Amino acid sequence: MTAGVTSKVIGSAGELLAHAYQMELEAQERYGYLADQMEMHNNADLAKLFRELARVEGIHAGDILEQMQGMQVPQINPLDYKWSGSESPEALDMGDMHYMMTPRQALLLALKAEQNAFEFFDHLLKSTDDEDTRRFAAEFAEEEQEHVELVLKELKKHPESDERTREDMDPPIQQE
Amino acid sequence: MNIQQSPNFKASDYKSGLTPVWCPGCGDFHVLLSVTKALAELGTPPENVAVISGIGCSSRIPAYTNCYGFHGVHGRSLALGAGLKVARPDLTVMVMSGDGDGFSIGGNHFLHACRRNVDMTYIVMDNRVYGMTKGQPSPTTEPDWDSALSPGGTGLSPFHPLVIALASGANFVAREFSGDIKGSTRTIVEAVRHPGFSFVEILSPCVTFRPDERQWKTQTHAASVEATDDPARAARRIMTDDGFNVGVLYRGRRKPYETHVSDLAGDPAILEEEFAV
Ligand SMILES: Cc1ncc(C[n+]2csc(CCOP(=O)(O)OP(=O)(O)O)c2C)c(N)n1
Ligand code: SF4
Repeated sequence: MTAGVTSKVIGSAGELLAHAYQMELEAQERYGYLADQMEMHNNADLAKLFRELARVEGIHAGDILEQMQGMQVPQINPLDYKWSGSESPEALDMGDMHYMMTPRQALLLALKAEQNAFEFFDHLLKSTDDEDTRRFAAEFAEEEQEHVELVLKELKKHPESDERTREDMDPPIQQE
Repeated sequence: MNIQQSPNFKASDYKSGLTPVWCPGCGDFHVLLSVTKALAELGTPPENVAVISGIGCSSRIPAYTNCYGFHGVHGRSLALGAGLKVARPDLTVMVMSGDGDGFSIGGNHFLHACRRNVDMTYIVMDNRVYGMTKGQPSPTTEPDWDSALSPGGTGLSPFHPLVIALASGANFVAREFSGDIKGSTRTIVEAVRHPGFSFVEILSPCVTFRPDERQWKTQTHAASVEATDDPARAARRIMTDDGFNVGVLYRGRRKPYETHVSDLAGDPAILEEEFAV
């Protein structure tokens, strides 16, 4: 099973919405955080890319919040979310970042995050009989698949040669 | 919307608006996340938490939280933290530093903080290097780490923080890997709840001066045995440890340090009488 996909049962549509909302919020926050880091390190291209991804996740979070209106949504503490990984499936691992990374490298990480999010909902769809939960899971899986397509489209603009990290002409490791 | 339980705090409630200046990929970002998640899990209001540090990249952390904080003098974070906790026992005191700050210049304070067993949590972001001053070996650096500043390695035996914490009397001893946010969060929550001096070493890669530490993600593994409250058993385990076991090693039963003056918190005159020299 992919890291981040749930290993425990999500029992109701409300619980699913709580997870989905948290996942989008974390993804929005994470992409925003990465944009800040790239701005800090003068990597303007990547800052713009991450800012845009944060914007898209923010819209998705807002949509889910609207769907939560009138529903029984449980309050979940940070350690009680039912994803099997260390973080929510759509949160890109900050440990994979590098200050000299290229947009293609960043997009590959974003692709992995979006695929994980798709798998989370897809797995749920295949493992529950609850009608409402299945309806939301199918809808969110489809949206995540759209995000995957979006990132794939963007990736086409960056040749594979961009997969190599850029060279720092004055690397920090060169101590005298 | 009908939220079934009243919401307490979110991890974001403990973050300040400042953008960390750490290098992208630095493990300290993960530690900051785990600490904020742990505080949300504990539900302690930000104004009841004090994050105290020394000097180093890792020691910048108080500025990135929304709690009270003190970015102190190099190696002296534990002295500051202990003083604060004794004067204000009502606060949750978290002392955070790096392996240079905590085990080189602050090594002596580390021993005596373990001995005193004041009720606070000490988190060391161990990257086995001095990140801030551009890559000198630290007490936990491997003897054969070859770099421009230590050609051929230092040849010195590394300092073993968990063994020393245990031998010096720390009441809770654990190791985590920064990238395991769930594991680190859980352990920090437990460390804060455990009475007395709790020590958590978090292996936190310095991706700039120790790019090899990115491999810690695959090298670290959950300890195969449960934590113990028997120091002799914990000592035997830790002496055969490969350095990459993560989880809680030891939960002690020592009584935390208590000042003989009660209700210090509200009265500066009593504080002055007790502490001013
Ligand atoms: C009294 C004093 N001595 C030396 C220094 C220089 N100095 C600043 S940070 C540091 C080491 C920090 O290493 P560590 O605690 O491992 O933190 P990191 O930067 O790796 O997170 C040193 C030696 C100082 N600031 N003050
Ligand atoms: S120099 Fe190392 S410890 Fe300091 S911020 Fe960069 S990666 Fe982190």
